[in-house]
Parts: sequence; C-alpha cells; structure tokens
Amino acid sequence: MSLRGFSRRRLLGAAGAGTALVGAGVAGGYLVGSSGAEDPAPGQATVPFRGVHQAGIVTPAQDRLHFVALDVTATGPILRPAVVALLKRWTSAAERMTAGAEAAPGGAVNRNPEAPPLDTGEALDLPAASLTLTFGIGGSLLDKLGIPRPRALADLPPFQRDQLDPALSGGDLCIQACADDPQVAVHAVRNLVRSGFGTTAVRWSQLGFGRTSSTSTAQQTHRNLFGFKDGTNNLKAEDTAALDQHVWVPGSEGPPWMAGGTYLVARRIRMHVETWDRTSLTEQESLTGRTKGTGAPIGAADEFAPIDLTAPLIADDAHIRLASASALGGVRILRRGYNFVDGSDGAGHLNAGLFFLAFMRDPQRQFVPMQSALARYDRMMEYIEHTGSAVFACPPGLGEGAYWGQSLLEA
Amino acid sequence: MSARPALAALAAALAAVAVAGCTSTAAPEGAPGQPGPISVSASDSACDLSAASAPAGTVSFSIRNAGAKVTEFYVYGAGDRIIGEVENIGPGLTRPLTVEIPQGGTYTTACKPGMVGDGIRAPFTVTGNAAAAVEGDAALAAAVAGYQRYTTSQTEALVTKTGEFTDAVKRGDVPAAQALFPVSRTYWERIEPVAESFGDIDPKIDGREDDERDPGVEFTGYHRLEKDLWVTGLQPDSGAMADRLMADVRDLQSRVGGVQLTPLQLANGAKELLDEVATGKITGEEDRYSHTDLWDFRANVDGSQAAVSALRPIIDQRDPVLGQTLDQRFAALDALLENYRAGDGFKLYTELTPDDTRKMTEAVDAVGEPVSQVAGIIAA
Repeated sequence: MSLRGFSRRRLLGAAGAGTALVGAGVAGGYLVGSSGAEDPAPGQATVPFRGVHQAGIVTPAQDRLHFVALDVTATGPILRPAVVALLKRWTSAAERMTAGAEAAPGGAVNRNPEAPPLDTGEALDLPAASLTLTFGIGGSLLDKLGIPRPRALADLPPFQRDQLDPALSGGDLCIQACADDPQVAVHAVRNLVRSGFGTTAVRWSQLGFGRTSSTSTAQQTHRNLFGFKDGTNNLKAEDTAALDQHVWVPGSEGPPWMAGGTYLVARRIRMHVETWDRTSLTEQESLTGRTKGTGAPIGAADEFAPIDLTAPLIADDAHIRLASASALGGVRILRRGYNFVDGSDGAGHLNAGLFFLAFMRDPQRQFVPMQSALARYDRMMEYIEHTGSAVFACPPGLGEGAYWGQSLLEA
Repeated sequence: MSARPALAALAAALAAVAVAGCTSTAAPEGAPGQPGPISVSASDSACDLSAASAPAGTVSFSIRNAGAKVTEFYVYGAGDRIIGEVENIGPGLTRPLTVEIPQGGTYTTACKPGMVGDGIRAPFTVTGNAAAAVEGDAALAAAVAGYQRYTTSQTEALVTKTGEFTDAVKRGDVPAAQALFPVSRTYWERIEPVAESFGDIDPKIDGREDDERDPGVEFTGYHRLEKDLWVTGLQPDSGAMADRLMADVRDLQSRVGGVQLTPLQLANGAKELLDEVATGKITGEEDRYSHTDLWDFRANVDGSQAAVSALRPIIDQRDPVLGQTLDQRFAALDALLENYRAGDGFKLYTELTPDDTRKMTEAVDAVGEPVSQVAGIIAA
C-alpha cells in the first residue's frame, strides 16, 4: 500500500509531468495528488483530502459512486454539540480512508477482541483507489440550527413532470464517495454512517456504477444508459476561469462560510430504457441533438465541435439545444453524474437511470432555468422521470486541522 | 448467548490499559526509574526512540513529528494488538502517550507516516512485572451478583404470569389469554439471552412456526398458543400445549439459579437484546399473529438497560463519557416508546406507520452502537 499521498501544497507546474494526473485533482491552483516521480498503478492513487476546495468536485471523475444523504436525529440542546462532535469524527475517519487507511487506527482487527472492530474491514488490503469524500449541508439542517439559508440554498421549485419520492429526496447532510473501486466507496460510506448513529440516520443512498461525465480534458467522455456520450461540453478542471465563473462561490457572494465552496444539485433520474431501446436511431439522435456513434453534434464531424444552434438539423427541442449555455444566457454547470441500475421495478423492467450530480455557484440561477426549460420542452422527458431531488451546500476545502463544516459552525 | 472465556483469563490477556493523550495537557510522568517520557522522533523515514526498554507499569512517550506527513505512533502487543496509539500527529507537533503495561516481555513500537502500511517498527522490551490492577474485581463481582438477582426475580414473575396465561388457555377464555399473552412474555423477553444460553429451552418456549427444528420436535410454546388464540382458534391440544409451556418455564426457573454469568456475558447480553429488537421486533416478525411486538420491544430494552446498569460502576470508572451517552440514548428510546402506549400496553404493530418504524430503528441504532462498546470496556 502506498505511503504517498500527503504531498500537498505543490504548486501547479512544480510537480512535473502532466501525466501524473492519473486519479489526481487540480484544484484552486494546487496540483493535488501523487507527485510526478512515477505514476501510481490504476486504483493505487490517492487524492489529498485537504486543499482550497473539497476533493471530488473537479477531481477527474472516478468510475464508482456511493452517495448518502442523512438526517440529523439529535434535537434540542444537544443538536449543535452532537453535530460538531460528529463532523470532527467524520473528518478524521474520512481523511484516514482517503489515504487508504482504516477508519480508525487498528480499526478492523488490532483492537480489543471483545469489542466490535472500529473499522468494518471490507476495504482491508484494498488501496485508496482515488477515494474522495465530499461533504454537503442541506438547507433543512440550517433551519434546525437556526442559521439563515444562503439564498442559493433555497428549495428547488417544482418542475413539470417531477415524480419526486420524498424518501429519495432532501437530507440534512450528504456525503459523496467516489472511487475507482466500488467496495472502497461503499466501505467509506458505511463506516461514516455507523459513526453517525445517535446523531444521524440515513435518509437515502444511491450507488452509481459508471461515470457519465468527464471533469478533465484528460478523460474520455463516457456514455449514459441511453447509449449516448454525456457531458461533452462539461466544465473541465483545466478551465479554472470557467470554474471561478460557474462553480466556486466567490467571497463577495456570501455567506462567508461558503467562500470557495459550491452547491450540489442531486437528481435521481429514472430512465425508461425499455421504451428508449424501441426508438429508432434517427429519433434517438434527433431527441439528443448528437450522433450516437461519435457524439458529434448533428451535422458536425467531431464530438467537441461547437454546437451550431443555427443549424436546422438540430431540432428546436433537441436536448443539447435546450441545455446549451447559449440557450440559457451563458449558464453552465459542472456535471459529475453516474449511471445506476437499482435492481428491477417489480413490473418487468430495470430500475435504471442517471444519478445526476452537478456542482454550481448558484442553483437558483443555473440549475433552475436549465431544468425549467428541459422539463417543459425536452422531448427526452418522455423517456425519463425525476424521482429524487436534493440541494446541498458544499463548503470550501479544509486547511490543516480543520473539520467538515467548521467554517459554518464556528462562524 | 454463547459461552465466553472467563473474565479472569481476559483480564490476564488484556491487562494493558491505554490512555492516549488526545489533549494538550502537561507532559505525562515518566515511568519509574525514568527521568521523563521516552521521546520519539518520528520522521517520514525513521522512528527513533530515546530508549528501547522500560520497566513494567506506566510507560510514557512523547512523540514529535519531525517529518512532512501526518503520522501516528503505536505500541503493539503480541499479534499486533494495539496497546496504545496516538493518531493524527501533524508535522511539527508533539503529542504524549501513556500506556499501562503490567507484564514484562517484548512489545513493538511503530511510527506510521502517512497513516497507512505497517509503519516503521522496532522491538520494545518491558522488564519485570507490575501488580495488575485488582480494584475492579470486586465491582465486577457485584455487577454479576446484581444482575443475577434481576434474572431470578424476572424468572419468578415469568412463572407466575405464564401460569395465569396458561390457565386462561385451559379454561378456554380467549380474551383473557390474549390479554395475558404479551404480559407474560415481557418477563421472558427481559432475560432472553440468559434463557437462550440453555440451547434446548429457547426453541420449546419461543420457537416460531417456520423455525428449523430437530426431527420429531414439535412447534410448541408461546407462538404456538399465539397462533391458536389469534388465527386458528383453540385446538384440541391447546390445553396440552399450555401445560407443556408451563413445564418448560418451570424447567427454566430450576436451571437459572445455577447459571454462573460472567461480566462479559452481561455486556454481550445487553447488546444481543438490542439486536433482537432490531431484527425481530421492529420488523413485526416476533409476534406475527398477535402483533404485540412493542411489548417485547419494551421488554428487550428493559433487559438491556438492566445489564448495562449492573455494569455501570465499571463503565463509569473506565469510560465516563460512554455512561453519559448510554443514559442519553436509552432515555431517548424510552421517550419514543412512550408515544406508542395504549392503555396498559402498546399499540399493535399493524397500527405503526413506516415513519414510526423508521424512528424506532434510528433510536435503536443510536443506543446499539454505545451498548456494543460495553463488552470491550469490561474486557479491557
């Protein structure tokens, strides 16, 4: 197991080869991750836990996800101290696990044999696998704590055709675990959930098995379960100016505890793959606005060709037209979604879809107009339905010794 | 409840009590014969101790992180059991560690730069033997004696109430029998881990219809009568079944007096009772015909609390924070259950909503985690 991974604060460019970016993230002017002496083997990479921004946002999207939303069950005078104590425990365990360590020292086997192990053990012998743990706070927790919500954290309005299940929506806190190995991601969530008993309880949780977005120019664009390349025009880690414009909350925007943070919109989108699969290729491409093979906009040859919205070949209600920045007054978001199949629906179909995750500076100004347009006009809506929804504030990254949420709770 | 090693053996094996210095209090006293704590210089590639041996007893270390990575320092016993550890020592920081090592022998120290891997290890010799702490023995004996009194009193009540229940069955008084069913089970559910320690009694008294049974063993006991009373109506052999239940309960009573429990069994029993709640009562599986699961739920929690209470003086001595957490979590669970009172008893399981069972699961998880820590503390 690698002992590397704590080489923080290396300035971008000082670490040598750009190929050292395997599993590493570029964040806020720091190159974070293993430095350039040698590339770690796939799955061996570690992504530093601390930095200007949280890891797991512009970190090149790992292939596996376990996302959990939790409610705080503690109430009354113990609410705030219980939350602070939990966030300190979580931070310690999260930092350890992202380094490839057990959730607590000697956690799985080297403790008192009469006590339950402090680490559940299923990640023993597994490397860090680029694990990132990204933490978010729901507006409902701020309500419970009596802290005013930032305007950007307002509840999302209802959108046309929403079929939201309250049991798959909302939450006081969230943790996004991404890794190259699904067992590493599940282990992380499971141990953090366990550490929260008495203070938090799981509200809902979602596994994702394949990334649908690339967040770095070094990554290929993957495909969603409709078979199309997804997220071609995503914001990329390398475009720091665009990230500052669309993703990171500037200090001037407030509140102070969110400076350098971002907002996360999560939408569980059920995809009716069975009916989609009976749709002709021409219709599929027309709905999407892209060709299925190369992912190029219809009428263009290259996936990354600019979308010419004056081209008559791209239908007025094509997905890429409605979702494009130019149709939305320049609005862009950083997508980081995952495909899922949650078994079957009991009615002979797969319970499949896209777990949409997107980071942005202000959901009210970015996600809301985008989803309003898509919900109204996108013909693809005939094949999908939104079944879960949540918004979380993801505070900035942590300096040495700081814990998750400290900027909020000790403000 | 399965047989566990006697406490004496555990105490010998695990006599070392670690006190990790997690606060920035004054440097700890050195071991006897030592001018001060053993200093440890932990860098990214070395782990240098100022002394590689110490006399048995209290051994203190002062660990300075001279490297660039976050590090940890461990003292291991045989089989890499952790005797003491300090985690999350940032670069440039110095942290204390005090461990109790009463037995001489060869131990291992390790610095773990970056927090992963086996670390940089070296042998550490402890010389001589220090008197192991014995002041806890009397408290442990008192805990066991107190809990055994509880078991005896609950068994007496079980015999009395089961007698009333089986009499009602034999009279053919279904309403009276139905009313007495959850009441008599309460005493059983409170001491279930003790009763289960007699492997042959539990299936006879508390077996369920779909349990796997040895060939020739019938479906008997509370749940057989429950089915008669709520589903099929009294059967020709219901009276005989009532007599058998009564005989089995008296058999239990005759055996309970002879049980010699260990403190560890108390601690594990407290945990097992909550496991019963989590897997049997919140799901409505236990009393599937009568739906009186919340009576059993309440009784399991009572039994768990009784075992924890008996051990409380030892818990408070060894981990004062845990005792407070247990109080708080049990109180929250008690308060939640009060919401489901109906008359002298409780709402039926079928009257609960998914939101109700979710709240119950949360409250049982909340108390189950700290209760699961008790055994380790008792054995430490």
